[in-house]
Amino acid sequence: MSLLLFLEQTLNGLQLGVTLFLMAAGLTLVFGIMNMVNLAHGSLYMVGAFFAASFTQWTGSFFLALPLAILATFVVGVLVEAIALRTLYARDHLDQVLATFGLILFFNELTKIIWGPISIFMDVPPLLSGRVELIAGAPYPIYRLAVLAVGLAVALGLWWLIARTRLGMLIRAGASNREMVGALGVDISRLYMLVFGLGAALAALAGAMAGPIYVVEVGMGDAMLIKTFVVIVIGGIGSIRGAFVAAVIVGLVDTFGRIVPAQLGLPTAIAEMAIYILMAFVLFFKPTGLFAARA
Amino acid sequence: MKYKTLFAALALTASAVLAQPASAQQGVKIGLITTQSGPNAGLGRDMVDGFNLAIRHAGGRLGGVPTELIVGDDQFRPDAGKALAERMVQRDRVDIVTGVIFSNIMLALSDTVLKDRRGVFLVSGNAGPSELAGKDCNPNFFSASWQNDNTHEAMGQHMTNAGIKRAYIMAPNYPAGRDALAGFKRFFKGEVVAEVYTQLGQTDYAAELAALRAARPEATYIFYPGGMGVAYIRQYAQLGLMQQIPLFAPSFSADQTILPGVGDAAIGMFSSTFWSESLGNPANEKFVADFEAAYNRIPSPYAAQSYDAAMMIDAALKATGGSLANKDAFRNALRTANFQSVRGPFKFNTNHFPIQNYYLTQIGKDEKGRLVNQMRGIIFSGHADAYVGACKMK
Amino acid sequence: MTGLKLDRRTWFVIVLLAALALLPLVAIATDNDYQIAQFRRILIFAIAAVSLDLILGYGGMVSLGHAAFFGVGAYIVAILNWHAAREVPLFGMMLGTHNVLVTWTAAVVLSGALAGLIGLVSLRTTGIYFIMITLAFAQMVYFFFVSLRAYGGDDGLRFPGDTVILGLIDTENDVAFYYLVFGILCAVLYATRRLVNSRFGMVVQGCRENERRMKALGFATFRYKLACFALAGALAGLAGALFAANESYISPSIMHWTRSGDLIVMVVLGGMGTLIGPVVGALAFLFLEKTLPDYTEHWMVVFGPILLLLVLFARRGIFGWFLPKEDRHGGSH
Repeated sequence: MSLLLFLEQTLNGLQLGVTLFLMAAGLTLVFGIMNMVNLAHGSLYMVGAFFAASFTQWTGSFFLALPLAILATFVVGVLVEAIALRTLYARDHLDQVLATFGLILFFNELTKIIWGPISIFMDVPPLLSGRVELIAGAPYPIYRLAVLAVGLAVALGLWWLIARTRLGMLIRAGASNREMVGALGVDISRLYMLVFGLGAALAALAGAMAGPIYVVEVGMGDAMLIKTFVVIVIGGIGSIRGAFVAAVIVGLVDTFGRIVPAQLGLPTAIAEMAIYILMAFVLFFKPTGLFAARA
Repeated sequence: MKYKTLFAALALTASAVLAQPASAQQGVKIGLITTQSGPNAGLGRDMVDGFNLAIRHAGGRLGGVPTELIVGDDQFRPDAGKALAERMVQRDRVDIVTGVIFSNIMLALSDTVLKDRRGVFLVSGNAGPSELAGKDCNPNFFSASWQNDNTHEAMGQHMTNAGIKRAYIMAPNYPAGRDALAGFKRFFKGEVVAEVYTQLGQTDYAAELAALRAARPEATYIFYPGGMGVAYIRQYAQLGLMQQIPLFAPSFSADQTILPGVGDAAIGMFSSTFWSESLGNPANEKFVADFEAAYNRIPSPYAAQSYDAAMMIDAALKATGGSLANKDAFRNALRTANFQSVRGPFKFNTNHFPIQNYYLTQIGKDEKGRLVNQMRGIIFSGHADAYVGACKMK
Repeated sequence: MTGLKLDRRTWFVIVLLAALALLPLVAIATDNDYQIAQFRRILIFAIAAVSLDLILGYGGMVSLGHAAFFGVGAYIVAILNWHAAREVPLFGMMLGTHNVLVTWTAAVVLSGALAGLIGLVSLRTTGIYFIMITLAFAQMVYFFFVSLRAYGGDDGLRFPGDTVILGLIDTENDVAFYYLVFGILCAVLYATRRLVNSRFGMVVQGCRENERRMKALGFATFRYKLACFALAGALAGLAGALFAANESYISPSIMHWTRSGDLIVMVVLGGMGTLIGPVVGALAFLFLEKTLPDYTEHWMVVFGPILLLLVLFARRGIFGWFLPKEDRHGGSH
């Protein structure tokens, strides 16, 4: 593999990595703070992408549509939390798996009813179309760089939120000791709702930004969901830092895994196994992930 | 309380009984299996609309007999397609199964249809896997489209003619993808820099395209139908590769299911095909005009194939006086293919696959400013497939 | 439960099994032969659901990867049959075989062994991590078969399915094969019933309630759980072997992670922690899956919320309604 190709693939891997991080950040908090298995997180990614596609059509501008889609998905997330998930926090993991599995079926089918079964192809916003020659000889799409930049900016913002604000302190406290936060007189149910809404908004951002690159389709969140699980389990449930490190690792492994076996003459599906092997390997040595939030 | 138990058990038994009873045999019952959800749903929509248009052109009665069409969605999954075929053949008792876009789905369901004791016909509206053209050919299987390799063979021939020396070729990893690249290589005499297979249904090609650019080929040949094609060509253009490394494709990656999604980035692209919306013959002009009038869009090859499948059934039924009772008579009538195909000259080979022409087209704009495939010449005339020798039917 | 007086549960089981036994006769009498093959498939999934309930209901281990063992069992039968038909040597030495004594045994043994290996790693973790690692292993197995291009990869594998079992039962004969599957289901139910009531079964259920206490009592809980996990995998492999014989076509999609989700739904829908429950659940789930699409194309928009409501309000499942109150927790039948 040439250096040029290596650098370009690294960019591709990082771009997938930050998208995974946007998904994982919200999910890992929900897992960590509410001790809740939420399989329906991928549905919020899908809903965000569909909202972005529709709002782009209505407003004619991707940049207007993006915040609208995030807001709309935030509302959907809060509603789902209030109607369906709140009652599940006290239940065991099996109940949560089952109920949120039902939610996946529901969201996939509802999306199909509203937007139809045919996939939507979003255009790259004109302002971000075109390429820059970041690496000489390999012009790289500006849009993908923008996704990378937004992902990194959000990661920084989240770090600030968690490490420097009162809300962040509560979230950190909640992740490591739920009962204590309740005992301190904090309105736990409002905190939960906010965390869940934040997760939904981040998933929507990931989905909306993915729209112009890939295909907006029913079920697009399912494959993403499984990769996100791998990320948060490797990173350690409840740890934002772990989610970031693991997302980058998984993004790079997945991207390089798609071309390295092909160059060695191995079937490409072996690459799909790579991230799961990585995960099993990590869990074998560290059964609670790389950066366990709870001691 | 025992009543509750009994009731549950009775309900269970009743479920076996409540299913629809066999309907009395009259007219023709056709099951159309196609992909109606996901990134390839547009292909299925064209297939259904093309078939329905043919039924309308036949006055609502194929072969002059009452025609019932049952449409089912295979969800782009072989197992779902097989279950659907089972339901249509065994429960709904259809006479003919048609449609089927993807070859992996065709192979999964072909036994269910062809091994049924009633003698059900399978008329493919798209998929033409090499297995069914060669060693697994079947008297009750007919292709209204082509053998998978054919369109790619044509482009291999054209790229050889054009003097291209180094080509990079890519396809999804499924039967038609492997058939496609095998067909291309059969007629391409230059060097194949790399032959890359990706996951079926994949929508992100960043990693593969970076590797492609690094290999510096002279041209790229791809086979990506439906949503995969849209995603691939858009990303190819986004990387600025269109100008550097010309992209060649079969019609499946350049037809009307692709062009609206790709947009002007596709202008100038060459493709090979057995049919095009701008092919001039009376049957086709009528088909394209009526299709546009009815559905407000230009038909794709999937619509044309499906239309032809229905017209072929119509002609065969007319020849048997509208009867399917004698399977041998109906089979012989189908085999003569006595109908006006929208693709022009058409006849069946001994393996029930077409012998037909393949053309070169280029994407440009029509007088209304819409992207269309314009005719640029003929590559093969009266072309047959490479597997007919392995088929024992005569 | 001694004596001649039968309780509600026993009645339910008797009526259910009798209905299943009579089903082919009713189907033939009403010219619905098609249903025999449909219900045979349901019974096969019922066996898989019973096997999952061993770890889910009795062992309290939430595995989101059970379909992998089902798929491995199916693939082993398919691959051996495929080699026999093509007369291609397997691993360069032996030919495949159509003999079910060999193929089905291999399916059970190998899927059980795989479950043992996966359990060895997975059971080190608990809670969410256990759910996720079983899912990860199942994904690994799934993509392994997707990458096996020689056996069709993504497209699946067709193989000659007209197997004659023990010189007696032809899988082409719908009715005979139905009764074979039904017989195997009954045998599995009987054996698992004996198992869960044995000392082994009690220890496993004890681990579900309070593993620390079982450890304190001196039980090597890890070994018990591992044995239970491997056994469930082997039984799922048996179901997979039957499935392969039933379909004569299989593809990796049978072990997609959503299929594992489906199996969990069957178990909980029917009644977790009981043995008849999963059978009822498989019947109800697959029957709904076949029937609802006749009424609306968008049946999943109804089915999804049903699952949610089931979890919230009807946790005991369908069979649970028939159990007397005192028996509803940790029921052992």
